[in-house]
Amino acid sequence: MTPQIAPDDILSVQNISKRFDVSEPFLNRLIERRPRRILTAVNDISFDVPRGKTFAVVGESGCGKSTVARLLMGLHAPSAGAIRFEGTDITHLPPGNPPALRRRMQMIFQDPYASLNPRWRVRDIIGEPLKNFGICKTRADVTREVEKLLSQVGLNPADAKKFPHEFSGGQRQRLSIARALTTRPELLICDEPTSALDVSVQSQILNLMKDLQDEFNMSYIFISHDLAVVWYMADVLAVMYLGKIVEVGPKEQIFENPQHPYTRLLMETVPKLTVGGTERTPVAGEVPNPISPPPGCAFHPRCPLANDICRGAAPELNLRSGGQKSACHAADEGRLPPWLRLAAE
Amino acid sequence: MSLLELDNIVVEFPTRRGPLEAVKGLSLDLDEGEILGLVGESGAGKSITGAAITGLIEPPGLIRSGEVRLRGERIDNLPPEKMRRIRGKEIGAIFQDPLTSLNPVYTVGDQLIDTMRVHLGLDQKAARKRAVEWLAEVGIPAPETRLDQHPHQFSGGMRQRVVIALALCAEPKLIIADEPTTALDVSVQAQILALLKRLCRENGTAVVLVTHDMGVIAETADRVAVMYAGRLVEIGDVRQVIEDPLHPYTRGLMASIPQIGNRDRRLTQIEGAMPGLRNPAPGCAFAPRCPRAMDHCHSIRPVPQSAGTGQVACHIYGETQ
Repeated sequence: MTPQIAPDDILSVQNISKRFDVSEPFLNRLIERRPRRILTAVNDISFDVPRGKTFAVVGESGCGKSTVARLLMGLHAPSAGAIRFEGTDITHLPPGNPPALRRRMQMIFQDPYASLNPRWRVRDIIGEPLKNFGICKTRADVTREVEKLLSQVGLNPADAKKFPHEFSGGQRQRLSIARALTTRPELLICDEPTSALDVSVQSQILNLMKDLQDEFNMSYIFISHDLAVVWYMADVLAVMYLGKIVEVGPKEQIFENPQHPYTRLLMETVPKLTVGGTERTPVAGEVPNPISPPPGCAFHPRCPLANDICRGAAPELNLRSGGQKSACHAADEGRLPPWLRLAAE
Repeated sequence: MSLLELDNIVVEFPTRRGPLEAVKGLSLDLDEGEILGLVGESGAGKSITGAAITGLIEPPGLIRSGEVRLRGERIDNLPPEKMRRIRGKEIGAIFQDPLTSLNPVYTVGDQLIDTMRVHLGLDQKAARKRAVEWLAEVGIPAPETRLDQHPHQFSGGMRQRVVIALALCAEPKLIIADEPTTALDVSVQAQILALLKRLCRENGTAVVLVTHDMGVIAETADRVAVMYAGRLVEIGDVRQVIEDPLHPYTRGLMASIPQIGNRDRRLTQIEGAMPGLRNPAPGCAFAPRCPRAMDHCHSIRPVPQSAGTGQVACHIYGETQ
């Protein structure tokens, strides 16, 4: 298949997979006659990220959403497939090479406590990429740029001489964002950027991220487990389950009329901020072990609509009338019941 | 008489730079069978309050003043050995991380059986039978087989079910649940909360549910207490606090929660951050961030007073003392 990149897509991912070898050491396998064990964290997924928009990935822990982020950043090498940044294949580029391309993508991590060097002052944390990428030539330039970045993320320029421990969780996440902004990236990959934060701080960070997106016309890949946050941030949404995208499409369509039972399950389990009468319907079952995923559709053991076809064959991502794609036999066969949930609210 | 009373408790941690008050005079009470949600941001003192009730404040931290009473009896000044008997028998505890609350080298069954033998005086056979019943009760399939497995053989959600069984099996009157579902996925979270709620209703067990998640509170609690910077700012029925909060902090908190279907371009945000515990300001701790702060809010600390279905500590409502 020849890649056709629409000019308005900044990133295009084709059929990437990531398999981790989680086997025991060779001798143990030999002695105990155990087979190799392969964990397929990301299983043959494709998507495009439109420029200037937010592409969100949701799913429960272990569904492979963080692995996707790491594959895109080049922190893992994919086992198969291709990643193209504005048409250039970056799948097997060595890390940091060529810098001109890599610096156009940056990442924010979940844990603001673990992603900042505790022994460095803020001016060194933010100044390092400025020096490494040759963005600032002189020390005075670095200082000026660091102060500018700090004020852009809502911190005091005088904070440059402090250490990370002198900041709260929300402020540290602002520092992470400031560091990511040093190279003026066009694509920012955000892996659960607010899940370690309190809600009142979360709203500050999400608002800041929206403002910065508007200001610098950045594209976001926004990874989260929280559907309410995704509703607020996303333009395009992909739902992952056990390494597969089960539904992908414009946010509005997916929230208004989800076309996969797993998406529906996720929506039904979102806690509602109203008291009484709206108790969540607890769903049976948990995510299966990704080392030995169920045959056929991976969701069938938890799916209320599963039949023999679901147990036998994996469904394809097919286009639905609402404009999104979903991988579901029930939707293919028209067995998916109408979705009334949001309409009723 | 209330099941549990906290009377003006102050929890203090000595540090090199002087003592730090994590809880600065908190009073609340809990009836039998009631589920009280205790919410607040990190550092508000909610977990410390839970630990003060169970007597599990890590030394050198201590309850500097005030009383914790269980059915009218003081329990905050008991010798450790006596408190150990109350903990487990009278007060059960559920923590955020189910793996650290279970002993990894004992089977799940051993832990349940030991607990019931110690606290209920059952013999091995009867305790084993009850243990199987408890595992079935918390929704663990094949309980006879699972009883002889170790915690690492259970998934996160299943482990938390075991922890709930372990907390409830000695038939305590009170459970302190500190962020019981924070480490779990949302779909599993709903199952665990429904389970906790049903079992406590059936057994008449009261719960102090410590969480930062208003969604969890909305669907589980009867009453809610909101903490800010070590103090209670608002307490009331869950419906009132969620749907019509009185304190400006609670209002800001509720408004800042993103909600599906809301089409506002920006989320409501409370500017600033919760003040540190050191050098507390003389007035209301929320005043620097409060959209409705008046002059005297910065100098005079409001005390909780009756309002709505409970109490609120805010100068907007009535006179200062």
